[in-house]
Amino acid sequence: MEAPGNSRAARAEKALTMKLHLIDYAVIALYCTFVLSVGAALKKHMRTSVDFFLSGRRIPAWVTGLAFISANLGALEVMGMAASGAKYGMLTSHFYWVGAIPAMIFVGLFMMPFYYGSRARSVPEYLRLRFDEKTRAFNAFTFAVMTVLASGINMYAMAIVFRLMLGWSIHTTILLSAAVVLAYTVLGGLTSSIYNEVLQFFLIVLGILPMAVLGMMDAGGWPGLAARLPPGFTRTWSTLGSATENPMGVEWFGIVMGLGFVLSFGYWCTDFLVVQRAMAARDMTAAQKTPLIAALPKMFIPFIVIVPGMVAWAILPRELFMVDGQVQHNLALPLMLAHYYPPGMLGVGITALLASFMSGMAGNVTAFNTVWTYDIYQSYIRRDAPDRHYLMMGRIATVAGVLISVGAAYLALQFSNIMDYLQLIFSFVNAPLLATFLLGMFSKRTTPNGAFWGLTSGTAAAALHFHAVRRELVHYSSDMAANFYGAIYAWAVCFVLTLLISFFTQPRAEAELVGLVYSLTEKPSYKRLPWLNRPATLALLVAVLTILLNWIYR
Amino acid sequence: MTDSTPELDIRWPIGLLFAAIGALLAVYGALNPTEAQRHGLNLNLDWGAVMFLFGAGLVWGAWRAGRKQP
Repeated sequence: MEAPGNSRAARAEKALTMKLHLIDYAVIALYCTFVLSVGAALKKHMRTSVDFFLSGRRIPAWVTGLAFISANLGALEVMGMAASGAKYGMLTSHFYWVGAIPAMIFVGLFMMPFYYGSRARSVPEYLRLRFDEKTRAFNAFTFAVMTVLASGINMYAMAIVFRLMLGWSIHTTILLSAAVVLAYTVLGGLTSSIYNEVLQFFLIVLGILPMAVLGMMDAGGWPGLAARLPPGFTRTWSTLGSATENPMGVEWFGIVMGLGFVLSFGYWCTDFLVVQRAMAARDMTAAQKTPLIAALPKMFIPFIVIVPGMVAWAILPRELFMVDGQVQHNLALPLMLAHYYPPGMLGVGITALLASFMSGMAGNVTAFNTVWTYDIYQSYIRRDAPDRHYLMMGRIATVAGVLISVGAAYLALQFSNIMDYLQLIFSFVNAPLLATFLLGMFSKRTTPNGAFWGLTSGTAAAALHFHAVRRELVHYSSDMAANFYGAIYAWAVCFVLTLLISFFTQPRAEAELVGLVYSLTEKPSYKRLPWLNRPATLALLVAVLTILLNWIYR
Repeated sequence: MTDSTPELDIRWPIGLLFAAIGALLAVYGALNPTEAQRHGLNLNLDWGAVMFLFGAGLVWGAWRAGRKQP
């Protein structure tokens, strides 16, 4: 006779393991065929390095906007947010309504005029124009290393998820996905990556929406869902008075300052992976609208990714979440797919996850090849080569980026703990960079030496805080609180030191800073546009809707 | 200002893909009506039709934009 524990484990495994049918494989094959065809169709249009790295700066705003949000809507995010929904409930929506939208409004209205107007080809290049070579080098090298490692982690996570759900071999998943991503990014460059990100956005929405709707029907609508979950699970603000009152272990200050300001602004305003999408826009108006258009669907994503996680926790037997005697909230989305989708729709759901993983890799690889070619190769290895040489180097860097990512994925297989640490470190590396950008863009007095030493000290402070937490020299009520406060300290160290050092060192001449600093730059005028088409109007609409959502689910 | 890039209107590949997936799902759902019943809905047939219409709408938009260009 089977032991009860074994029986529960077997039931959980059965609930999670999905058997794909011919129809599901047909959907996956259709997706792969279209992705490769798009790359092949775009190849003949990749004539210059700007075509390859920045899509020739001619993509319309609605496309760059959807790519801007999709670059951040990878499968890790989708599955992670569903897991957080199951674990923390609607508190998770702070990652959108506090931790994303305000920063997207800010970067669209106030930072994009400098990124796009300066004609910089990358975030590190803006740092060179505003400060000097050493600050650019520091950012370019750290970003290049981070992106290929992030791509590898993404690949590793995909292989693990598909082995768990479908029993696919880890090696086959890694190598096949790498081959597909390599083919379409080498052929079509950033345009190919952006097109696939838009495709992935619609796949995620259309692939997961029916599951969310069916789940809500089964839960008895919003009131039924609230009744089935622990108290406060469907609220966003009412439990944030103290860290002990909510499952996240964070109070409102940590959410607003750590997540809402430092981490969020640090990511959305300075990470080249997302900023690159706006730089590919066809003109300044489109560049400014890119994050604002992205914010509109972004604010409703919680209903597609967080709510299914809450539904899973509310209606599925708890034993299905148990693995080796421990609750695994990460299973929320796969369990919902297995529970609701028959053959056919299951293929669509799996394709949506596959597309998210692959476009996550492609996004990192296209950001890497641009920074490598423009900010490292052209700056330090071969400065004055003809443009076609840099186009070829971009393709070589793409191949190298994918190969290093595969290596990083296998490294993660060997040392998964190292990858956990790295992923956490990535999350606060952008925090000090935010201080550098704010002081650089909005104060002409900030000096190159102040920026460089402030940035390196802020990054060092983040690493020190991280190790202090790991060695239990500093205590927080949750890992999330530690992450938020680590970011706040890193930002504050960078901000204060940059100010102090700038006070004692020589700023650049004002004539050199025109177009790079707020007070010395002519603001874009939109009087020629109808008021409905102006970025500020769109920003106002986004802000009002976000405040409303926060109020409704308070 | 048009909605497409000069090289390839993105609505073509996305529209064609969703139209193809939607049609495939709808036909499969029609042939296997009992397999996908949820809340009285034939999920493959009904959602396949939605996806097909979405894809067809994008293709129609791309085709119209292509005709307008000189």
